[in-house]
Amino acid sequence: MKNLLIGTAALAMMAGAAFAETTVRLGTEGAYPPYNFLNDAGEVDGFERELGDELCKRAEVTCEWVTNDWDSIIPNLVSSNYDAIIAGMSITAERAEVVDFSQNYTPPSPSAYAAMSDDADLKGGIIAAQTGTIQANHVVDTGATLLEFPTPDETIAAVKSGEADAVIADKDYLIPEVEAAAELKFVGEDVPLGGGIGMAFRKSDPELRGKFDAAIASMKEDGTLNEMIIKWLGEESPRF
Amino acid sequence: MTRSVIFGYCANPETLEGIAWLSCFLTTGKHMSFYVSFGTVLLLLAITAPTALLFGFGGASAARSRIAPLSWFGRGYIAVVRGVPDIAFFLFFVIALDQGFEWLRHQALCPDWDEPIRQGNDFVVCAAAKLPLSTADQWVHEVYGFFLAVLTFAIVFGAFAANVLFGAMRAVPHAQLETAAAYGMTPRQTFWRVLVPQMWVYALPGLSNLWMVLIKATPLLFLLGVEDIVFWARELGGSKTARFTDYPHGDWRMWYFLGLLVFYLAFTRVSEIVLDRLMKRLTRGQATAGGEAQRKAAA
Repeated sequence: MKNLLIGTAALAMMAGAAFAETTVRLGTEGAYPPYNFLNDAGEVDGFERELGDELCKRAEVTCEWVTNDWDSIIPNLVSSNYDAIIAGMSITAERAEVVDFSQNYTPPSPSAYAAMSDDADLKGGIIAAQTGTIQANHVVDTGATLLEFPTPDETIAAVKSGEADAVIADKDYLIPEVEAAAELKFVGEDVPLGGGIGMAFRKSDPELRGKFDAAIASMKEDGTLNEMIIKWLGEESPRF
Repeated sequence: MTRSVIFGYCANPETLEGIAWLSCFLTTGKHMSFYVSFGTVLLLLAITAPTALLFGFGGASAARSRIAPLSWFGRGYIAVVRGVPDIAFFLFFVIALDQGFEWLRHQALCPDWDEPIRQGNDFVVCAAAKLPLSTADQWVHEVYGFFLAVLTFAIVFGAFAANVLFGAMRAVPHAQLETAAAYGMTPRQTFWRVLVPQMWVYALPGLSNLWMVLIKATPLLFLLGVEDIVFWARELGGSKTARFTDYPHGDWRMWYFLGLLVFYLAFTRVSEIVLDRLMKRLTRGQATAGGEAQRKAAA
């Protein structure tokens, strides 16, 4: 009886170890359409959902989607609560000190300002941006007053309510918002920021990073990535 | 196309208006998650409150122990946890707790592991030591996250409860304890039969305060990765454009947060009523002003 128990326990653990290599937990924010958002059913949806599912298929791993607050998305990766971040995260040198990025799956795409009026003061006014983003860093560099919010949605609301003069975010995020709201418009010139968007992995996990890197490369090669960019991010968004 | 799970006519929400639209909108899968999260919060309170009380009782008993190290432990627990800001505790402690559990399992399950556990910023344990296993279903991860939340809340609020109970134990008239000793009761008997039954009436005002604070502290759950009512209210209330949902709307956060306001106010009001009744019950026959008043009213 005892042997039987030990046997089953060992088998269960071996099965666990065997599966552990093929189940990858993908962490995302779920609040950044069209990249990632929660649909009406409450499931993760968007460009990165479709992309991530396809990448997992090509890398021959089973994937599980997890949502996490943007603020703590990197700490939770390095403490192994999930295995990769796929959350519209731009590749920057600062972040690359903590995590390892895959190659980018969107080309470096512009950030843009949106405001209620054309004469919004982008250099000296109050600019809303999401906490811990490259856009927030950029606002500090320009000398404008930065107003930070934990979610992208709140940055837009701040402009509509007059709390901020303008909002800066990825242009791909702002396009549908500006189209939907008559009072919002793009102002100033687009700002090129970051090195494109990539998946982030733990530095101690080069094997997994390699798998996804190869999958992204194969999607770039056969054009499926470009199709997805057109579908979700629009015709104007830069492609490979 | 995602449709309501309840009403059949929700297939084409853009054609609907008024009540019909609202009934479809309020029964989307996302809203169902919102309603379920009320249950999550209530469940958290139902489990955390007694656990915190237990921690508090343990802490208070330890603090007044005559064995010095035990007393230091109790007093240390109360002082340290009461002194650290809640938000620091919730951000730091949960990750530390999770890593502590995984480290222990790692030591037990993977003795042959030769790589370091700390690699730069990364915390890496063997696959078998992960908590929960990375193969586990999502609900297991959620239950584990919830368990960590309960434990953290219990430790934090347990320290405050310990302080309240410690004070309450001292408030029991000393003559009562001396009388018990004079009747030949052992210290243990005195503690359980004389001190503990009488201390609650002194502890209740402080504990009821803690309960109210605990109710209001539940939004901290989201810091711990549990999707609570505030998370869903923010997510559902945020403006939605027609491209990403069948139910586009503007910034409705005010209405959702108004709903939460009503929920919290109603809940604290009910708590007040229940606590008042409990106070009356505990006061009965006690050597306090309240007990005296009850005796006079009865006579």
